[in-house]
Amino acid sequence: MSLISTPNENAKLMEKSAIAGRSLWDDALVRLLRNKAAVVSMYVLGFLVLLAIFGPLVWPHKYDTVDYDLVMAPPTFKNWHIFGGDQQGRDLFVRLLYGLRISLAVGIVATMVSLTIGVAWGSIAGFIGGKVDAIMMRIVDILYALPFIFFVIILMVVFGRNIILIFVAIGAVEWLTMARIVRGQTLSLRKKEYIEAAHAAGLGTLDIIKRHIIPNLLGPVIVYVTLTIPAVILAESFLSFLGLGVNEPMTSLGNLISIGAKEMEIAPWLLIFPAVTMMITLFCLNFIGDGLRDAIDPKDR
Amino acid sequence: MFSYTIKRLLIAIPTIFIIIAAAFFLMRAAPGSPFDSERAMSPEIRAMIMAHYGFDKPLSVQFLEYLKGLFTLDLGPSLIYKDQSVTKIIASGFPKSIVLGLSSLSLALFIGVPLGLVAALNQNKAQDYSIMAIAMAGICIPTFVTGPILSLVFGVYLGWFPTAGLDLGRMTIETMTLPVITLALPQIAIISRLVRASAIEVLGSNFVRTARAKGLPEIWVLSRHAMRAALLPLVSYLGPACASLITGSVVIETVFQLPGIGRNFVTSALQRDYPVVMAVVILYAALIIILNLIADILYGVLDPKVTYE
Repeated sequence: MSLISTPNENAKLMEKSAIAGRSLWDDALVRLLRNKAAVVSMYVLGFLVLLAIFGPLVWPHKYDTVDYDLVMAPPTFKNWHIFGGDQQGRDLFVRLLYGLRISLAVGIVATMVSLTIGVAWGSIAGFIGGKVDAIMMRIVDILYALPFIFFVIILMVVFGRNIILIFVAIGAVEWLTMARIVRGQTLSLRKKEYIEAAHAAGLGTLDIIKRHIIPNLLGPVIVYVTLTIPAVILAESFLSFLGLGVNEPMTSLGNLISIGAKEMEIAPWLLIFPAVTMMITLFCLNFIGDGLRDAIDPKDR
Repeated sequence: MFSYTIKRLLIAIPTIFIIIAAAFFLMRAAPGSPFDSERAMSPEIRAMIMAHYGFDKPLSVQFLEYLKGLFTLDLGPSLIYKDQSVTKIIASGFPKSIVLGLSSLSLALFIGVPLGLVAALNQNKAQDYSIMAIAMAGICIPTFVTGPILSLVFGVYLGWFPTAGLDLGRMTIETMTLPVITLALPQIAIISRLVRASAIEVLGSNFVRTARAKGLPEIWVLSRHAMRAALLPLVSYLGPACASLITGSVVIETVFQLPGIGRNFVTSALQRDYPVVMAVVILYAALIIILNLIADILYGVLDPKVTYE
């Protein structure tokens, strides 16, 4: 692959150049597309996402229709029960698609929650500095030491199982590392000349954070976001596995795995299909995350 | 160094206090109580039971009494198991969880460190790629998948290990092997990746080049110079590692039905047995804080470049 970009690519990059330095993103894109594992992962993940969104619309079975002939039925092509039936006689394939939907949704929404809190917290602490920074980061230190997953469990027990709560609770757990990364990055950005220029031009602190700091944080933040999504999906499945996730008849990958684990001696496919789906999803996300990290911050290679 | 330790300890105290308070008030905010049972209870009897456990007093008084109890290691009675005190439940489960966690950590270090070093020494060769692929699998496959699959294959199909029945509390090599391996797998993956990354960095650094240039045999370069620097980041990972082992043990103990406190925590949380849940959270939090502190101090001792003000 040549490093010289075509005019068409150039035009696209010109659009991006409002966000960050052009050549850096150009290089990063080239490096990312050269990473076979990441590219394949993007295709596979894209396929899974499309399947999770549109699959249930066209699939002939409903996720909550009970068919007593289908209780723990092995996979068969007859009648399109390609993954068999679950312990209550529902089509496993469509349930798996719904589970994937929920898991991906939790992954994205909870990551967005953590992204918002983390970036706001970290950039404010890093930019203002001094006492404010010390206090804000001390709070992060203290929260870091808490076994958060236990608090999430308590929250689920106290307030009942609720999908919104899962989103928020997991997101609220994951923002700490984001805040640290953003703060470190902001500290080094703060000394840059263009920030000084913006100050001299009379821009307010909030405007500087919005216009100059946050766009320049994008690189490390994007990388960390892609790595947070799998972590969040894992956290949700952990809760589901313990019986604290989404409510029946809704389901998530962790929920399906936990049912599969109970029935695996009689109906191993109930464990295998959800487990493999989850593994593929997590593999893809991690490969993309690693690929992005190597592309955006290539110093380890 | 000394003042740093003191400072960290001083931060640890309010942290633990926040944890105690958060756990206490969250549990008390819960709608529903452990005494909600199938049978309807007359208000008088309910009031008597509440009074017996001190739930009729104002929250602040209850909180102070709980703190007082904590100092004397009296964590109150369990609300579900009438004849058991919380201290007793913890005392019976904790040692088992500790054995599980420590064995997994040792196994993870014992396998993960050599794997990482081999991968780093063969960077971008077949060994490196295969080790990193295995490590990626270890990170992506959650323990609640590996646990059931391992017990299906080695327990049910091959019959090498008992799949369950640790409830009796007997801990033998046969009953502990699968849980320890399952808990160690993700840590092996993370540790090998960590060691690989830092070893690659160290092997490319100036002092290693100098050691090679002055003619030291490769084995000496590695063992005397590179190893020590390469393993340093591992020390600071030990704190988080212990934390994730603790979280992981909750799943492992549920999957393999081990009578440790991780499983106690889950069953108690589902039954709203507040005193047990709070005690476990406080214990875990204190443990994580202390282990992090030890890891940080150890790091300072081992790394001459680090100075704590």
